[in-house]
Amino acid sequence: MDILVTQVFNGLSVGSILLLAALGLALTFGQMGVINMAHGEFMMAGAYTAYVCQQVLGDAGLSLLVSLPVSFVVGGLLGVLLEVTLLRRMYHRPLDTLLVTWGVSLILQQLARDLFGTAGVDVPAPGWLSGPVEILGFSFPRSRLFILVLAIVAVVAVTLLLKLTPLGRRIRATVQNRQLAESAGISTRRTDMLTFFLGSGLAGVAGVALTLMGSISSNLGTSYIVDAFLVVIIGGIGQIKGAVIAAFVLGVAQSWIEYSTSASIAKVIVFALVVAFLQFRPQGIFQVRTRSLV
Amino acid sequence: MSSQRARRSLLTAAFLSLGLALTACGSRVDDAGGGAAAESCVDTSGDSVKIGFLNSRSGTMAISENTVYDSLKMAADQINASGGVLGKQLSVVAEDGASEPTIFAEKATKLIQSDCVAAVFGGWTSSSRKAMLPVFESNDALLFYPVQYEGLESSKNIFYTGATTNQQIVPALDYLKEQGVTSLFLVGSDYVFPQTANKIIKAYAAANGIEIKGEEYAPLGHTDFSTIVAKVRDAGAGAVFNTLNGDSNVAFFKEYRNLGLTPQTMPVLSVSIAEEEVGGIGVDNIVGQPVAWNYYQTIDSPENKKFVEEFKTTYGATKVTSDPMEAAYTSLFLWKGMVEKANSFAVPDVQAAAGGVSFDAPEGKVTVNGDNHHIAKTALIGKIGPDGLIYTEWSSGAPIEPDPYLKTYPWAGSLSG
Repeated sequence: MDILVTQVFNGLSVGSILLLAALGLALTFGQMGVINMAHGEFMMAGAYTAYVCQQVLGDAGLSLLVSLPVSFVVGGLLGVLLEVTLLRRMYHRPLDTLLVTWGVSLILQQLARDLFGTAGVDVPAPGWLSGPVEILGFSFPRSRLFILVLAIVAVVAVTLLLKLTPLGRRIRATVQNRQLAESAGISTRRTDMLTFFLGSGLAGVAGVALTLMGSISSNLGTSYIVDAFLVVIIGGIGQIKGAVIAAFVLGVAQSWIEYSTSASIAKVIVFALVVAFLQFRPQGIFQVRTRSLV
Repeated sequence: MSSQRARRSLLTAAFLSLGLALTACGSRVDDAGGGAAAESCVDTSGDSVKIGFLNSRSGTMAISENTVYDSLKMAADQINASGGVLGKQLSVVAEDGASEPTIFAEKATKLIQSDCVAAVFGGWTSSSRKAMLPVFESNDALLFYPVQYEGLESSKNIFYTGATTNQQIVPALDYLKEQGVTSLFLVGSDYVFPQTANKIIKAYAAANGIEIKGEEYAPLGHTDFSTIVAKVRDAGAGAVFNTLNGDSNVAFFKEYRNLGLTPQTMPVLSVSIAEEEVGGIGVDNIVGQPVAWNYYQTIDSPENKKFVEEFKTTYGATKVTSDPMEAAYTSLFLWKGMVEKANSFAVPDVQAAAGGVSFDAPEGKVTVNGDNHHIAKTALIGKIGPDGLIYTEWSSGAPIEPDPYLKTYPWAGSLSG
């Protein structure tokens, strides 16, 4: 029972981290078909923003709360910069965007090394987030609970934005049929830019969450980018609910298999399962139904 | 067309004759005795002599290897300022190994064959050393390797100035045993060093009545330790022996603290965390945990004070010094000692003179073992202090003779093969 609760929680926790990393990607990759390899580096930028916030503000608790919106804006602006300067010129050329954004990710990594040094930095967690908390006799790490809540809040916020706001309507229209959306008077360029801001901003927020879990160094992004793409592809391109299910299923599967085997074997088995799943359902869990020909 | 073909055949002829000349050369050298080829290339006629530094200045290992390069550079400058080696100034040729074993081998070949350096200093990962080993052996050149490693190797062309297993892992186990630890949990990254280290630990444990409660490996770069730490917590061992490498340590220690585990309840002894890494892990997450090395920045000796002060003046007051940096610094002075004892830069002379050469290093007196080319070093167990520095907690007292194959340890009989 003890193991059951602990491992289900660990699985949900791993899933929530995957989800935060993949949520922004589900928007940019889903809507625009841009394979943004620099998405991981936007997370890194978010993590370093949290570091800078703490250096400036001092207090760990306050700076964590401040860095969430600040990182969102920093990540978002980086995304807009990338979209306006490079990606805008190469829609419908997905392979080119892959190479270009990979190059950008290398540039951003080197920039981080030059600015913050090659050794990792630390963002101490505030007192109210360190150590475990007892719930019903089980102890759960506070920081993981915080990330779980943050992921849920982010998903709810994005879902409401897509469902209820004019921007959300434009985004959904563009995902379903770009030409038709354009002919209905939607500026898809503007929508693209805003989507990219949103998606990259979410990467920044994910970066802040990651400071509670792991190392903050120039290669932070590379450790998460593959898993993030995995979540988006399994979930079904352009689908938030697919990404949510995929992230939690992957997280729980990874934790359970790791508990009964080892970390290396678990990774192998999870990848094998993913390959098998995509054989039968190449479109992922969900699929955007569209009459568009492309 | 015909002229082109003619040119090509001319070229082929040229290459062929060059090849013949080389073969002829080779056989002549063989007649004269091995090693003559490498010897003839090093130019010692002028008032300077070339040495090579080969460290990863780019790629994932750059974080660690840049610091090794810095301390090598400082050692060379100090030697030059005090008159050089045998009256010759050292002229450094630096190459980037780029965190790729194949590039290490390539650059080592270049340093030996076209730069004609008298010795090469550098390498970090075991895979980079294994890739360079055949290069140094076939060219009969010298490599000074400055990092603690998994042992079970001894080449006459390599001098190992970091610890081998009986100078780091075995003393760490002695320390834990003295502390009354009766059960261990092993956590490591999934590659050669942790796997070999854990084999040694298990042999030691079997002979000393220590129970191994579990053994977990994480892939390099693994970022989520929730499951592994949960296993560690549930196993309830007396201590954890940690051979994780790189960023994984950060995630591991954050998780460890988040689950409420402390150095008091279950200490984690690490062998790959030095002063450099403490900042990235976060002092709060690791304070009070033990580590095993042969050098700490806090060692109280005139040699170390000078070393630390000089390093901070050269590279900045916030810099820290660590074991591999010290071992690299020491390696250059040991080579100087060997050359001066041999009164020659030639590789066979240096090799012959190596045994018994000693140096008052920042870590204390070290002496080269002429048989296995490792050095006798004192083992130190340290604890991480609230200021992020490491303070000596336990010492082996005297330098431990290197024993890379653990031949002098009866319990290790099955390991050395």
